Amino acid sequence: MAHAISSPTPISGTGPAPSDLAIPIRELTPWLVLGALLAMSVLVLISSVQGAITIPEGTAIHEWVHDGRHLLGFPCH
Amino acid sequence: MSTRTFLVHGLVAGLLAGLAAFVVAYTVGEPQVDRAIALEEAAGATATDGHGHAHDHDDASAGHSHGEDAAVSRTTQSTLGLATGTLAIGVVLGGLTGLLAALGLGRLGGLRPAGSTALVALLGAVSFSVVPFLKYPATPPAVGSGETIDSRTAVYFGFLAVSVAAVVLAVALARRVARQWGGVPGVLAGVAAYVVAVAVAAVAFPKVDELGDFPAGILWDFRVASLLTLLAMWAVIGAVLTLLVDRAWQRHSAVQARRELAASL
Repeated sequence: MAHAISSPTPISGTGPAPSDLAIPIRELTPWLVLGALLAMSVLVLISSVQGAITIPEGTAIHEWVHDGRHLLGFPCH
Repeated sequence: MSTRTFLVHGLVAGLLAGLAAFVVAYTVGEPQVDRAIALEEAAGATATDGHGHAHDHDDASAGHSHGEDAAVSRTTQSTLGLATGTLAIGVVLGGLTGLLAALGLGRLGGLRPAGSTALVALLGAVSFSVVPFLKYPATPPAVGSGETIDSRTAVYFGFLAVSVAAVVLAVALARRVARQWGGVPGVLAGVAAYVVAVAVAAVAFPKVDELGDFPAGILWDFRVASLLTLLAMWAVIGAVLTLLVDRAWQRHSAVQARRELAASL
């Protein structure tokens, strides 16, 4: 009985159960760490205060993204 | 359905979201920014209030000037500069939302990939943008002193961090309760935990009020424009990412189904 061996999932059905798709944490961790760090770096750069912590030194980036900072709700003046 | 799938789709969604945010910010928000700066210029012409917005070139340490003598011209700030900001934030938030959707895949109750992805994007929008906006709403140029910018930035990101951490813990709690008591109690427990946590934080965090006599009409229009910009960004991230993830899942399911059919023959 070939059918008895096959998966209970109907062929034309909805595919595998959602929980079967879960990606192991071990596999996800490095991506999430890098992603979170990168996200924070860009946030700091865009929302930077007076250009005090930007590289290169100066307020060029601060002034350049001035309107974006205001309209995206980051503190500014 | 690998991590790569989610990251690539998240970056694409984020790029489109950055564009959408730019369009909304430019059309709805820039007129308000211009009105606020015009007010500031008018005030600066009559009196120097020491708030760091004086047109004095020597006064650069106290703040930046917003007029045509600023380091970056208003035209550049409202076009290329604005686009840089929205695209950078869009791509970063899109990519991170993609990775978090990969984490949420198969872990959020019985939700299918499209559902869990949409939920992750919704939680991102609420915890990262909407709730922080309610506590520390965006302010137009000319509002806020250059001297308090450090402390205002600190409390803003402090509150943002609390909100994001609270949503992560609320999801963990919701999953735990759902395993024990079922889905509905799980969702309710998660929502309740998040609301209580951010409410306590909102009361505990200091109030920032530097509005002075800034016209309420312009302030309202600016804040609506700012909120629309943020919502446009999150809506596009959520919609595009959900569509792409759903398409990837349908392909994945079709391949699985064919494999199973082949194996059963």
